[in-house]
Amino acid sequence: MISLEEFKRSFKVALWFMFLTFPLLVIKVNPIERTVLWKWENMAFVGIGAFILSVLIRAFFIQKERSRNSSKNKRRFGYIGDEPLVQFILREPKYLYPLSGGVLIFALLFPALFDTYQTNIMTTALMYVVLGLGLNIVVGLAGLLDLGYVAFYLVGAYSYALLNYHFDIGFWMALPIGAMLAALFGIVLGFPVLRLRGDYLAIVTLGFGEIIRLVMENWNAFSHGPSGISNIPRPGFFGMDLSLDSAILYIYYLVVALVIITIFVVNRLQDSRLGRAWIALREDEIACQAMGIDKTKTKLTAFALGATWAGLVGVIFAAKTTFINPASFTFLESAIILSIVVLGGMGSILGVIFGALVLILLPEYLRVFSEYRMLAFGGILVVMMVFRPQGLIANVRRTYQFKKSTKGGDS
Amino acid sequence: MKLRVGQTLLAAAIGLTMTLPAVAETIKLGVAGPHSGDLASYGIPSRKAAELVVAKVNANGGINGKQVELMVEDDVCKPEVATNTATKLVSAGVKVVLGHICSGATKAALPIYNNAGVIVMSPSATNPALTQSGEYPNFFRTIASDDAQAKAEVNFALNVLGLKKIAVIHDKGDYGKGLAEFAKIFLEASGKGEVVLLEGVTPGAVDYSAIVQKIKRSDADGVIFGGYHPEASKIVTQMRKKRMEIPFISDDGVKDDTFIKVAGKYAEGVYATGPQDNSANPLSQTAIDAHKQAYNEDPGAFYENAYSAALALVNAIQVAGSTDFDAMKKALQSSDVDTPVGKIHFDESGDAVGVGFAMYQVKDGQFVEVK
Amino acid sequence: MEYFIELFLSGLTRGSIYALIALGYTMVYGIIGLINFAHGDIYMIGAFTSFIVATVLSIYGFPMLSIIVLAGLAAAVWASAYGYTIEKLAYRPLRHAPRLSPLISAIGMSIFLQNYVLLAQTSDFLPFPELIPEFDFIEPYAHVVGSAEIVILITTALAMILLTLVIKFTRMGKAMRATSQDRMMAMLTGINVDRVISTTFIIGSTLAALGGLLIASHIGQINFYIGFIAGIKAFTAAVLGGIGSIPGAVLGGFVLGLTESFATGYVSSDYEDVFAFSLLVLILIFKPSGILGRAEIQKV
Repeated sequence: MISLEEFKRSFKVALWFMFLTFPLLVIKVNPIERTVLWKWENMAFVGIGAFILSVLIRAFFIQKERSRNSSKNKRRFGYIGDEPLVQFILREPKYLYPLSGGVLIFALLFPALFDTYQTNIMTTALMYVVLGLGLNIVVGLAGLLDLGYVAFYLVGAYSYALLNYHFDIGFWMALPIGAMLAALFGIVLGFPVLRLRGDYLAIVTLGFGEIIRLVMENWNAFSHGPSGISNIPRPGFFGMDLSLDSAILYIYYLVVALVIITIFVVNRLQDSRLGRAWIALREDEIACQAMGIDKTKTKLTAFALGATWAGLVGVIFAAKTTFINPASFTFLESAIILSIVVLGGMGSILGVIFGALVLILLPEYLRVFSEYRMLAFGGILVVMMVFRPQGLIANVRRTYQFKKSTKGGDS
Repeated sequence: MKLRVGQTLLAAAIGLTMTLPAVAETIKLGVAGPHSGDLASYGIPSRKAAELVVAKVNANGGINGKQVELMVEDDVCKPEVATNTATKLVSAGVKVVLGHICSGATKAALPIYNNAGVIVMSPSATNPALTQSGEYPNFFRTIASDDAQAKAEVNFALNVLGLKKIAVIHDKGDYGKGLAEFAKIFLEASGKGEVVLLEGVTPGAVDYSAIVQKIKRSDADGVIFGGYHPEASKIVTQMRKKRMEIPFISDDGVKDDTFIKVAGKYAEGVYATGPQDNSANPLSQTAIDAHKQAYNEDPGAFYENAYSAALALVNAIQVAGSTDFDAMKKALQSSDVDTPVGKIHFDESGDAVGVGFAMYQVKDGQFVEVK
Repeated sequence: MEYFIELFLSGLTRGSIYALIALGYTMVYGIIGLINFAHGDIYMIGAFTSFIVATVLSIYGFPMLSIIVLAGLAAAVWASAYGYTIEKLAYRPLRHAPRLSPLISAIGMSIFLQNYVLLAQTSDFLPFPELIPEFDFIEPYAHVVGSAEIVILITTALAMILLTLVIKFTRMGKAMRATSQDRMMAMLTGINVDRVISTTFIIGSTLAALGGLLIASHIGQINFYIGFIAGIKAFTAAVLGGIGSIPGAVLGGFVLGLTESFATGYVSSDYEDVFAFSLLVLILIFKPSGILGRAEIQKV
């Protein structure tokens, strides 16, 4: 069990946190009426809370240590042999197909099982799945850290909104146009940053995202400025106008279809010549060039293809909310999409899907905690990263094993 | 109270609302606005106002014998979140909503409410199109629209202060920029003054001295500012510190006691339009006292508007006898109600009638009406 | 000409605040290669702590000078305590994790800290007491430059000189440089790398808190969100100057501040940030590792 020494340490931790939170939690001043409110009870809560939490965490680690020592070859939870269960399922079509079929059926029946609100937030979450998968091409596969991904999303959304406003172009026409414009912007951004590496790339993409948003905010004649564009039509169903409920349903199925297409395409891309070039580029640029891969072309296609998905989702976003303004496309949005990719597991398609579902649905379900919602969200982000730095479902590198009658692992 | 709301939300979240026996004995009042993120300071006071009004109503036996239940939802002032919030409230069976706070979020959410026959009343969404376009028959507000304010400011600047060269500054936001542009249109149409500068400042920037120098160079004899009090107080402070004493005229995003507190002595002499002086109105005092008692601090932005909106909604439900859309709309338009912002009812388009409008000036740390 | 000088001074003021925060970014980046997104929020916490302490002391009637000193001290102490704790809780366990994981942890920490202050204190803007007095000798020039601006410039300059001395001449400074060049090698020579990293966070946080205190008393208000924009700008400044380089962060801060100020003055403040970011993109295109950054030569 936990020794006295450990308790002492936890006690020290508690003291430290009481000190840390002292001015912000305990003192509340009213600078106008010049009164001070001392909330000592908060300090007590922090102390007790920190102590209990610290003891629990210690106990958890001791337990973990002990079980690791005593049972080296016992079965671990969620593992089959040495392989995590998820990877095992992914590798075996025997399990994979029925399982994905089941998920698909669930997805199709979802609106029937749950109410409109649930369908609506699920649509949002699925849109982020596509965004995550798109960014995954750039960040996860090609290893280019992009903090301004939201710019392409904005391009997609505004292309539909503006084309519709000026030329009355419908949703289905706008969809490919938005995607193409976004891809074009991807290439435009890609060119100047080809030489940049790592974090320099990150800040330039961040700057690019901000520039596009600020231009939209200031250039009233073009974009209607901060008051945005309203009354964007929802997608029509063969020329019919749908009621709100059925429109939500319609968009939901549209997004489900888009998710399936995206998964298919991204999966194929990963295994293609291009996909392997991306991964090679991520691992070592110089070795990659030495192997005869055209670095410029490979990077640009990564940007362009990543941006395409953002453009597609952007168009759907505009059609879904029927109103857009630049405030929806801030840096925080880019950060959330990036978190989806990293939290899910970089480069892993299934991981990104889980990441998006968790990160987008979490704040919605955290509404139960009302004002503590975003506090919990930030905290969970940290805790998840600390406990699973490789992401929820880590990408497993392709390995070939010589075994009888197996084809080798798939990621 | 809180726990019950939590449980209901949870139940709604799992999708049980349909199978639950209709919770018929309560009236659900939705409250939506930003309660987290950078704009939280504009949403939280409204939430508190709603909580206080509802607590009072419930303590007095509710509306027509039914208790009022609050459903508070955060929309972070973002249109896409606001649509989710709206769908959630509609799914939960809410028929009356106090919110949203930002015009953009309101615009995105309104079609969803309209479709479900939900009455929406905002304490703060001032975009003119919300009422004037006629697209949102379910929308009401207890605040004046941007163009009305801009007109009042321009008239005041030209006719009362006799200014000729005016610098129009805004905060690039939905509200501020819209107002600034109306001000520019009215100024140019009047033919009496000219706009020597029209620029936006970046909200949250660490320092505004460059724009202040630019105003000085433009040789303006007055500034009209569209936006909220944090930026206004920064600009005024830096103007006064740079010894620029030209008049500073702003809107009801600035006519907020926080402005005087934050800008301190530099706030002296600043003009701001706002709802008529309510300090003589006992209801306004009651509202502020209730807040002080509950939270031990002064209320924040749009608190009185939200308090009034809550009272107006409660009254409408009482008069209509139900939350039926047409009955409520009729009640809102026909029945006068005493609120902290005055005795009000609503016109055809949804704007409040009876919310007097006045120009204020800061004198000795207080907004005083300019007669 | 006077207009030019005015804009120049306003740019310098802005720039020195950016520089103070950028130093923290650049030091942390130089040592563990992490973009510490929570750094802007440390600046906010520093400002908030000094606000609370200063207001409490002035209510209890302490003399002005002691208020300034104690508020400054408290800001530094608590900001560095937060910096230290955050590093220990959110970054240290991730030291050997994939490169982007600490970044996400930092973003989460930033969201957490903002909402923590929002809940613990208030969402409203609060009036920050004017800690910097108006000097009499400045009065004739008051329309050009205020005493707050002068104090900010002098304090920043002092802080930077002090920091340079610490890094150049103390044992800890040497250890920091060694760790940033090659962490493994530093460890082998007997440097306690954990301690070096903690010290880096403490120094960075202290500088941010100083920046928070100065700017808050200059503009006279704070709320829980001020760290976000200042943080992004300071990060831009750090990269502009060459991230990892200490003189680079200072130079980047000033270049950014001046660009914004002149863009506002001579073009339009509508596009102030567009200019700032465009300048960044331009400089990085021609000098991919920033103004003073060392070009990385990759050996195979």
